[in-house]
Amino acid sequence: MWRWVRQQLGFDPPHQSDTRTIYIANRFPQNGLYTPQKFIDNRIISSKVHDLLYFLSLAIYTVWNFVPKNLFEQFRRVANFYFLIIFLVQLMIDTPTSPITSGLPLFFVITVTAIKQGYEDWLRHNSDNEVNGAPVYVVRSGGLVKTRSKNIRVGDIVRIAKDEIFPADLVLLSSDRLDGSCHVTTASLDGETNLKTHVAVPETAVLQTVANLDSLIAVIECQQPEADLYRFMGRMIITQQMEEIVRPLGPESLLLRGARLKNTKEIFGVAIYTGMETKMALNYKSKSQKRSAVEKSMNTFLIIYLIILISEAIISTILKYTWQAEEKWDEPWYNQKTEHQRNSSKILRFISDFLAFLVLYNFIIPISLYVTVEMQKFLGSFFIGWDLDLYHEESDQKAQVNTSDLNEELGQVEYVFTDKTGTLTENEMQFRECSINGMKYQEINGRLVPEGPTPDSSEGNLTYLNSLSHLNNLSHLTTSSSFRTSPENETELIKEHDLFFKAVSLCHTVQISNVHTDGIGDGPWQSNLAPSQLEYYASSPDEKALVEAAARIGIVFIGNSEETMEVKILGKLERYKLLHILEFDSDRRRMSVIVQAPSGEKLLFAKGAESSILPKCIGGEIEKTRIHVDEFALKGLRTLCIAFRQFTSKEYEEIDRRLFEARTALQQREEKLANVFQFIEKDLILLGATAVEDRLQDKVRETIEALRMAGIKVWVLTGDKHETAVSVSLSCGHFHRTMNILELINQKSDNECAEQLRQLARRITEDHVIQHGLVVDGTSLSLALREHEKLFMEVCRNCSAVLCCRMAPLQKAKVIRLIKISPEKPITLAVGDGANDVSMIQEAHVGIGIMGKEGRQAARNSDYAIARFKFLSKLLFVHGHFYYIRIATLVQYFFYKNVCFITPQFLYQFYCLFSQQTLYDSVYLTLYNICFTSLPILIYSLLEQHIDPHVLQNKPTLYRPSMQKPAQMTSLEGDIVRLDENQQNAIQINQLFTTKLKDISKNSLLSIKTFIYWTILGFTHAFIFFFGSYFLMGKDISLLGNGQMFGNWTFGTLVFTVMVITVTVKMALETHFWTWINHLVTWGSIIFYFVFSLFYGGILWPFLGSQNMYFVFIQLLSSGSAWFAIILMVVTCLFLDVVKKVFDRQLHPTSTEKAQLTETNSSIKCLDSMCCFPEGETACASIRRMLERVIGRCSPTHISRSWSASDPFYTNDRSILTLSTMDSSTY
Amino acid sequence: MTWSATARGAHQPDNTAFTQQRLPAWQPLLSASITLPLFFCAGLAFIGLGLGLYYSSNGIKELEYDYTGDPGTGNCSVCAAEGQGRAPPPNCSCAWYFSLPELFPGPVYLYYELTNFYQNNRRYGVSRDDAQLSGLPSALHNPVNECAPYQFSATGLPIAPCGAIANSLFNDSFSLWHQRRPGGPYVEVPLDRAAIAWWTDYHVKFHNPPLVNGSLALAFRGTAPPPNWHRPVYELSPDPNNTGFINQDFVVWMRTAALPTFRKLFARIRQGNYTAGLPRGAYRVNITYNYPVRVFGGHKLIIFSNISWMGGKNPFLGIAYLVVGSLCILMGFVMLVVYIRYQDQNEEEDDDE
Repeated sequence: MWRWVRQQLGFDPPHQSDTRTIYIANRFPQNGLYTPQKFIDNRIISSKVHDLLYFLSLAIYTVWNFVPKNLFEQFRRVANFYFLIIFLVQLMIDTPTSPITSGLPLFFVITVTAIKQGYEDWLRHNSDNEVNGAPVYVVRSGGLVKTRSKNIRVGDIVRIAKDEIFPADLVLLSSDRLDGSCHVTTASLDGETNLKTHVAVPETAVLQTVANLDSLIAVIECQQPEADLYRFMGRMIITQQMEEIVRPLGPESLLLRGARLKNTKEIFGVAIYTGMETKMALNYKSKSQKRSAVEKSMNTFLIIYLIILISEAIISTILKYTWQAEEKWDEPWYNQKTEHQRNSSKILRFISDFLAFLVLYNFIIPISLYVTVEMQKFLGSFFIGWDLDLYHEESDQKAQVNTSDLNEELGQVEYVFTDKTGTLTENEMQFRECSINGMKYQEINGRLVPEGPTPDSSEGNLTYLNSLSHLNNLSHLTTSSSFRTSPENETELIKEHDLFFKAVSLCHTVQISNVHTDGIGDGPWQSNLAPSQLEYYASSPDEKALVEAAARIGIVFIGNSEETMEVKILGKLERYKLLHILEFDSDRRRMSVIVQAPSGEKLLFAKGAESSILPKCIGGEIEKTRIHVDEFALKGLRTLCIAFRQFTSKEYEEIDRRLFEARTALQQREEKLANVFQFIEKDLILLGATAVEDRLQDKVRETIEALRMAGIKVWVLTGDKHETAVSVSLSCGHFHRTMNILELINQKSDNECAEQLRQLARRITEDHVIQHGLVVDGTSLSLALREHEKLFMEVCRNCSAVLCCRMAPLQKAKVIRLIKISPEKPITLAVGDGANDVSMIQEAHVGIGIMGKEGRQAARNSDYAIARFKFLSKLLFVHGHFYYIRIATLVQYFFYKNVCFITPQFLYQFYCLFSQQTLYDSVYLTLYNICFTSLPILIYSLLEQHIDPHVLQNKPTLYRPSMQKPAQMTSLEGDIVRLDENQQNAIQINQLFTTKLKDISKNSLLSIKTFIYWTILGFTHAFIFFFGSYFLMGKDISLLGNGQMFGNWTFGTLVFTVMVITVTVKMALETHFWTWINHLVTWGSIIFYFVFSLFYGGILWPFLGSQNMYFVFIQLLSSGSAWFAIILMVVTCLFLDVVKKVFDRQLHPTSTEKAQLTETNSSIKCLDSMCCFPEGETACASIRRMLERVIGRCSPTHISRSWSASDPFYTNDRSILTLSTMDSSTY
Repeated sequence: MTWSATARGAHQPDNTAFTQQRLPAWQPLLSASITLPLFFCAGLAFIGLGLGLYYSSNGIKELEYDYTGDPGTGNCSVCAAEGQGRAPPPNCSCAWYFSLPELFPGPVYLYYELTNFYQNNRRYGVSRDDAQLSGLPSALHNPVNECAPYQFSATGLPIAPCGAIANSLFNDSFSLWHQRRPGGPYVEVPLDRAAIAWWTDYHVKFHNPPLVNGSLALAFRGTAPPPNWHRPVYELSPDPNNTGFINQDFVVWMRTAALPTFRKLFARIRQGNYTAGLPRGAYRVNITYNYPVRVFGGHKLIIFSNISWMGGKNPFLGIAYLVVGSLCILMGFVMLVVYIRYQDQNEEEDDDE
């Protein structure tokens, strides 16, 4: 909407066309018919709030922008808008409270929010401001001009030197290299550290000087800006000698703002997207619009309170008019109205009375709730990043919080969807085995050893392989002789090997770190380079592993330059001309290269998943290879098939032409390319298959086991093939041997799939004690999802482990969406590490990125990023649990304390003729939520630990009870005998028994029931405050020893004092974790209230109109009765609550409460917690020393909650994870 | 897992108690074993306190008389009948006769009580000008708008003190006469009218405007008295320390009451022969009956009360303490039963639930 407003105001003109036309160096055509398009300048302006420095430096322009935009952002939030309305009502009509009472909190809230947003924005945009003012060189009027980055306009030619960051999105024109190529790293954009090669169009690549560039007349047509970093389509029309040459432009010629130039001395590029239209800036737009369940229930509660508010206002208004029907009440002689009041219209009076009541009661909607929640989330999320247990030492990475809005959702997860590669596994590929032409080989210590059914012939092979391995030691001269002496059939074999490994070392997109080839004019690659000195960079670790393996075998890829790939085969250099690369994509699941061999023949090498290669093969040992591939997969290895195809020159010409057409297409280029690829990659001849091992990450098994014990269903979604996936699943404990594994794979038709599903459903109902695991593959899944969604979901819900293999990225997201919208509306969490997991991470309620090797795409798009899968258990069981408890209590408490606050006001109306007289003074009204009661809850919501973190981590059952249906419980009782049979069943039974003991599952702390309890508690307390004070006053009996009387303000102050104390002590009752900070804020709040009141009442305030509160508080405190009444009322209020708590604990203890009992009773006592300061709190050291001297009880041994590995609680021992006596003794 | 300082990575979080969320903390548990003794102790303490409070409240004597003048309730009904209309009614006086069989222990406080009078009505409560009452000359002549319709007099003069509260100042007055011997003469009992208002109100909050030529009347020149008043504010009392805005009755009245039934202190009896209280004998209270309350269904009462350290007679606090204390003990017993019962169950096998 804001965008629309801005467009209407003419700030951002809507894009008129789908493409933009850019005249390089802004040389517009001379015929004058052309009106140049307008583009925005190259400035990065933060999207939300603007950090102060920037705001100041651009004051005039941004004031325009800043004030309305910020306010708009803030008032878009319903609560803020509501308070704005209340404020405006107060300004307009005569209301009981001054506009300040609601204006000040609103101002406070908005300021705090703005500061928070500003800080968050400032963190994100820190670098932009530097970049905006950075010096850049621009080609203008035939020379290089130094200017500031923000002055770059679309169409400018910019010169970038080595290691500089691109200031805008540029189309590469030329580099210092002849071929117009350059290397960049996009680490700051997507975290990928590998070097990427970008190339210029040949026509411009030759223009390497400013003078030459000045003569360039060219036009670029390209898309309007879009956020996708990896998509760019355009074309360049170059006018040379009155002739127009059209060249396609793709992502390979686009240099993104934020990327850095590497290994290239300088380049020239033309700016096409600038400022906020660069891809980098477009990617800054807030990506996560996820809302947590807590926020949703918060909104429900708000609506309920709004209804309470409005009904109270209506009741009051109606009663007021019933009461005032009689003149003696409406206008007694002592309280006459002015003429104006008498004559005003009745309807108008009615409305204004209603509004006045609304204003009077409006504090029931806690204004500071949102701001406190936001502060809590923002500050609380630091604890995740600070946690040493989530810090991965090897990679020096700590956990990252990308959005703090979902902290509590971590404590609510019911389904975990995890990627396999890089998430469960290390993604550190190690070449293990291969199958060449139907023979299986194993790599052992850099040698290929054949394995399989022909052990007799291994002797001969071994000698050959020995010889091959010698090549690595550059002793190829001797070994080459052994080649020639080999028997005939072996030469045949070698030829096959040769081709196989050639394919492996040619068919990839690996880069070589070219530190040594940095110089200009670095012709051919030095051929004396030893293989061990080469370092490969690849976006996919598989490729790297394969190329390295080929190098170990003796076929070394040395590099590519100027469209040639150089491979040293057994020490002999061979140059292949690289004709085309058919890039990998996840739909085709394969990639190919077309090269021209030194002999001149044109070859295509293809590499890809066996399902995408084998059907395209027409030759080679297809069947044997297929068997081998399955065998590899069973061992949990990742397999790739390699195939090749030879083109005749005629065939190649056609391919070349079609490829060119597709690549230069402006519309539907991707579709066309896919078609051409389909056309090219066929009639392949199979060479063999490779098998690469991916090691499991540390403690994956334990983590998955713990997740399952926590009642979380773990689904593994992977693109790998069925056998690999199942074997990894088994090895990581996702499936275990006792599980009954159901399969839904290779379903070809709808009916077949439905039948299979029904069969599975039957099997599950027949045998419900044994746990079931389900394996689904991508094609069956899409069938199942298309027609039999319900049936499929039914089966899935009853399986404790589900494995989906052969999944496309979008399918992953679709599965999650399905679970999300299933009737139970479970909270889902997705973990992944690669670009293919992004869609699923964004789809799930909580997306977790693993900061792995496959770039940072997943981590960038996730809500939380962690270094290792095992950290998930602490993130969920400890942090998630804490955050949930904290925020839930925070929300409930906020509503509670505002009910306490406002209900006495409402009750008072019955005693003051519904005249809207406030019970409390305006200052108290204003400060109640801001000062008197805000800090204890905030500190509570940051520090509370109702259970020791170790216990939480080691008893995952505390997280969430099982999802099993209660109906199954009765049928299970007969099966209890089976309990001892195996542990898994025992765990399951245990989970069933805990079903009733809901602690935090299903948002139970924010369920309507709990909410009603708190609300009723609030009302009860309010009644006690009000009527306690009312009866104390009785018939307005003097409460002072000198017989003097109190007035209405003393009455209100009494109620208010009782309320502040009760509400604070109520918080203290909820607090289970008393650090010195809690003591400070809890007792400090009460003390502050007293000190403030004494101060406020002790002075005649010169700028206040009425001095109602003068000495009221002091007089109140000088009354003995008041003190007794305060104590009585506070105790009575809390009495109810304590009784309930104690009975609950005694009669129906939740598992949380039981865990609290079994906790290692730390020896810290109340006093100690106030005086013991932890080591490292240097600021408090002096106080500590002093206190120690005074109290003499703080010895360091008191601080005994160590987190060392020797702590028996800490080890992730299975014996602790299993059934504990505590949990089984419930029933 | 232990971390040594030497092996720290650049991004390694600090290992402090705060960042690792392991600040030393006291973790109390609200278990039955702790709350049980607490409940019993609290219960006993409350019952003890309750008894004390109850008896101290019971020891307070109160004597009240409704002199509104409903027909047949004494001689004030004459005045009441005359003053049916709106204020101000004609001067009228009546008397209340009572006798004390024994000493009414002192010090005795004389209150008047009004019922159904809504001093807490918002329109009424805001109708005052604290700046004017603090003696600010500028405010004296420019009362705030909240005072309307008692802001300016019909002749356009600013009203001092302005507003509905001041206008409705209670203007009945009482004098107490004691007959020592039956048939003897009535002797006036001295009423101490000083210090009936809060010390701070009288000394700090309320001030007369600065005297003009040593005269308070001149200081108030150019203002009009509230319409219901018979005399200007500077003639409220002949005592210069008790007139104008700092008239004690006026200050007491200006502290608006919280509830529609309220008492205000009129005088103390602690002088002369009456320091120990009111001795037994017959008494007469002479009432100047001015204040109309029957139009709004109100009542006027006159109350003699003595006072303990905790104020007037109000059994509520004592009873409430007794009730809460008993509840505590009761709950303690219930809890004890539950505790013992479930303790046993926990020791046995409790799968039967």
